[in-house]
Amino acid sequence: MATSYDPVAVAAAVAAIGVLTYACRLSFIALFGRLDEIPSGVERLLRFVPAAVLAALVLPSFVTLDAATFAADKFVAGALAAGVAWKTEDVFATMATGMGVLWAVRFLF
Amino acid sequence: MDTSAFRRGARDAVPLLLGIVPFGLVAGIAAVNAGFGLTTAVGLSVVVFAGASQIAALELLGQDAPLTVVVATAVVINLRYLMYSASIAPYFREFTARWKAVLAYVLTDQAYAISVASYRSDRPVDRKWYYLGAAVTLWAVWQVTTVAGALLGTGVPDAWGLEFAIPLVFLAILVPAIEDRASAVAAVVGGALAVLGAGLPLNLGLLVGSAVGITAGVVTESVWGASDGD
Repeated sequence: MATSYDPVAVAAAVAAIGVLTYACRLSFIALFGRLDEIPSGVERLLRFVPAAVLAALVLPSFVTLDAATFAADKFVAGALAAGVAWKTEDVFATMATGMGVLWAVRFLF
Repeated sequence: MDTSAFRRGARDAVPLLLGIVPFGLVAGIAAVNAGFGLTTAVGLSVVVFAGASQIAALELLGQDAPLTVVVATAVVINLRYLMYSASIAPYFREFTARWKAVLAYVLTDQAYAISVASYRSDRPVDRKWYYLGAAVTLWAVWQVTTVAGALLGTGVPDAWGLEFAIPLVFLAILVPAIEDRASAVAAVVGGALAVLGAGLPLNLGLLVGSAVGITAGVVTESVWGASDGD
């Protein structure tokens, strides 16, 4: 899945993400005194950003509805890693489980 | 410079490094996996310095997603910094604009969490140097592990499926983000729609899943909140 974008386009995307991310970080730190709090409606939306966006990024990597691209090893590894993440909330344990199960299913069966 | 506060911040960041190291390695691996070299991996880590958004951007660039989708997805992931910025702003109010600009650059989930916890505790601390001790330590480890991941990523055979570490790292930060019924609904709806829409052009599955998931979370919370109030 290598990119076919040229380096200038990639650099422009990186710069745009960098500037906008920095703007989020600096926003209230710089404006304190003039704007002290996030409007409550905006804050309610922001609260659900991590759960919704991360789930939308993660789930298609473990499950596909297309039988031709469905990978049993990724599905099993993803499901077990999810269980470990739930129990431990530990990045290292989650990744070790996911990669370990993937390799076990892929190389031993 | 208050070196003892700096050292204390750095020391308090150490236990969190166990979570940062695999994350940084994956950020480097993701760059190689998407067809980029060390320059792009390090460029992202220095310019953006926000792990989940870096990895998402690399994954989408590797799939040749439209650049607007790449930028929008990464920035939406980073909108949470608005919350940290608002929350930590009162503690930074007496610093000069130049210092604020520096402190904002190294603001991360971990630096925020450590520093605010310390400011709210009873023990007095030099706020600026304690924060910098934690944040600069995290920054340095992030850069080193990104480089290590990019080097590692080029040496490991494809059969090992190292790119699978990318969704695993997202999974590890997704699960703690599901903290109640409404955020669980946001995740289930977002994830299910993304799976259903996986084949659509312009990464519509990701965009629609995220947007509808967020909306579902807000709706669930308002319905649940209303029934609680009865």
